[in-house]
Amino acid sequence: MRREGRGPAWVLMGLLPLLGLGVVLALIVLNGAGVSRSDVPPAEELTVQGVTMPTENEFVVEVRNGGPAPVTLSQVIVNDGIQNFEAEPSKTIPRLGTAKITIPYSWVQAEAYEIALVSNTGVTFDAEVEAAALTPGFSGETLFGYALIGFYVGIVPVALGLLWYPFLRRLGTAGMNAMLALTIGLLLFLVVDTLGEAVEVAGDLPEVLSGIALVILVTLMTVLALLSTDRLFRRLRGGAQSGGRLETSYRISFGIGLHNLGEGLAIGAAFALGESALGAFLVIGFTLHNITEGVGIAAPILKEKRPRLAHFVWLALLAGSPAILGTLLGGFAYSPLAATVFLAVGAGAILQVIYEVGKIVLKDSGPDEAPSLPAALSSPNLLGLTAGIAIMYATGLLV
Amino acid sequence: MSETRKPSFSRRDFLRGAGALGASGALLGATMGQARGHEGRHGGHGDQHGMGGGRMSGGHSMGAGSGNTTEGNVDTSRFDPMKFLRDFDYGETRREGGRTLREWEITAEDVEIEVAPGLIYPAWAYNGQVPGPTLRATEGDRLRIAFKNNSSHPHTIHFHGFHPANMDGVFEVVGPGQEFVYEFDAEPAGMHLYHCHSSPLRKHIEKGLYGAFVIDPKEGRPAADEMVLVMNGFDTNFDAANEVYAINTAAFHYQKNPIEIKKGELIRAYVVNVLEFDFINSIHLHANFFDYYPTGTRNPRNGKIEPSEFTDTKMFAQGERGIMEFRYDFPGMFMFHAHVSEFAELGWMSFFDVKSST
Repeated sequence: MRREGRGPAWVLMGLLPLLGLGVVLALIVLNGAGVSRSDVPPAEELTVQGVTMPTENEFVVEVRNGGPAPVTLSQVIVNDGIQNFEAEPSKTIPRLGTAKITIPYSWVQAEAYEIALVSNTGVTFDAEVEAAALTPGFSGETLFGYALIGFYVGIVPVALGLLWYPFLRRLGTAGMNAMLALTIGLLLFLVVDTLGEAVEVAGDLPEVLSGIALVILVTLMTVLALLSTDRLFRRLRGGAQSGGRLETSYRISFGIGLHNLGEGLAIGAAFALGESALGAFLVIGFTLHNITEGVGIAAPILKEKRPRLAHFVWLALLAGSPAILGTLLGGFAYSPLAATVFLAVGAGAILQVIYEVGKIVLKDSGPDEAPSLPAALSSPNLLGLTAGIAIMYATGLLV
Repeated sequence: MSETRKPSFSRRDFLRGAGALGASGALLGATMGQARGHEGRHGGHGDQHGMGGGRMSGGHSMGAGSGNTTEGNVDTSRFDPMKFLRDFDYGETRREGGRTLREWEITAEDVEIEVAPGLIYPAWAYNGQVPGPTLRATEGDRLRIAFKNNSSHPHTIHFHGFHPANMDGVFEVVGPGQEFVYEFDAEPAGMHLYHCHSSPLRKHIEKGLYGAFVIDPKEGRPAADEMVLVMNGFDTNFDAANEVYAINTAAFHYQKNPIEIKKGELIRAYVVNVLEFDFINSIHLHANFFDYYPTGTRNPRNGKIEPSEFTDTKMFAQGERGIMEFRYDFPGMFMFHAHVSEFAELGWMSFFDVKSST
């Protein structure tokens, strides 16, 4: 077949469909598509992103317009009373735009409020306050408070879990394999949990942002991207098959870190929105829940020569410190969109780690390091896997 | 209408219960407590919006409390509740057959009305306004109302009072573009109403097809500053419940623009409740009592026009109406509002500004 040239004509050929598209769009814009219904008003859709109470005398409602047309607010009703309000930047919220609505109102501590935003066509959009409480403001103390929560639920449990390393090293081969299987169990729980949470947060997004699709696709792309970095690392190492199990530990650490970021976001946002009662109970729950994460990180390197102590510090920080970032972001700059993406990335990262650890289990359980599925499904391994899931489920009850 | 959506973390919801068990929130409690103190120092943001009623006796746009009022102002060039308040339509008047004949032309129209600042409601209206014009006649007058339906739906005018069956505005449904002439005698004297009686009835009333219909007794009533108070409400999101309440359509309008009356002068208010969805409405006058004449009619026992009650609060069922007479002996700003607090806070809140006659 003759290979045709790539001259100006070729460029034109590439542009031809676009030109056609332009003409069609212009015709539709000018003449309509012949299917328009001018008698039906465009559906108005405002999504309430959150209600905060920066002072005892105001509600601040954040909304996003997920509908096809701009929405103009006319009035605001709080608990069946019309209240004056201010809208920033404007009472008219463009498509996909957001607005901050400040309503002066002397709310009562711990009581429930229903806020209705009334558009200029009379449509109402409801925002709920389950129990009114002051939203922590941005200050040195609150910053430290949130960071401390992140520290307690992230770094502390991971570091404590890693302390099991010397103990686990003396378990013997079958025991160590069972610990790897246990790690897979922990991670399976985490990935399902993270995905569940991502889907839940995605439900808060306006439909137009396709929250669920976003979760699935971001998760998938994260897995693919991390798998490709594996090849990238291999090239950097000069073709060596594996960067060693320490690298797997780092990957687990990274994946768990992303999960903890999501967890931190949820905790921070829950505190900021006043949805959770404040208490040490929460911190204890998460600490217990996350302590197993340290075990998971340590599992791949049980058979290796003990890495330098610094590695353990880095592993703990990599897995734990994102929780601090998460609580801060969730507390001060919560965005359902960002949270959805973070959680989906976390889920993808954990999925990739499951794949990595799965490979190790297959290899280590088989005779002469030959991957073997029947051998990998040995009783101790299955027990470990089940135990991993059960531990996470049980400690999950605490949070 | 969008569902209520809020970030929620079901797994953490467990906490709310758990935390409430009283686990000591030492860590967070301390931190959050500090935040509270910090914010508390510059609290009082609401005061900028709220109006200290007592301190601002002459101020405009006074609120019932912190910010309980509408945002902005209605466009009074479309419909001015203040003008409507004292606007009585006596019709085209001439003598015919030895007595007074009053003629009106009333149309039904589909119009957009402003029920609160910026809040547009697709109404059905008599003569393009909600409430329709206040029709007024004297007992015994002949009334002729030429009704033209310019709306896209069939309508009628059903008058309360005495008239033949075919003048009742029920069976003679007037289709879009059609006309009908109602003709009957003005009886009995009192405060009545007229409204559309097409089916579905509730829809045709809630959309705005109603107005006050005043028949003066032959001997007249004492001279007074007279006004019409139509208690209405609007279901702006069509959920079979009113979003806003008002006197004469615009929520909080007479709060932002107090009704000026003269100290010591007799005030006669023709009050009617045309609310839909809610069974009752009420009116409460501050710092005063009023003589109440139910339906404004004669006492059936002695044929005299006399009050049934001297009170400051009166309850109205749907379609119930009456006449209130009172005087203010003190100058200043006085509230009157629905004593159904919910309605008051949703717009049925008004002020009298009593001026000393200097």
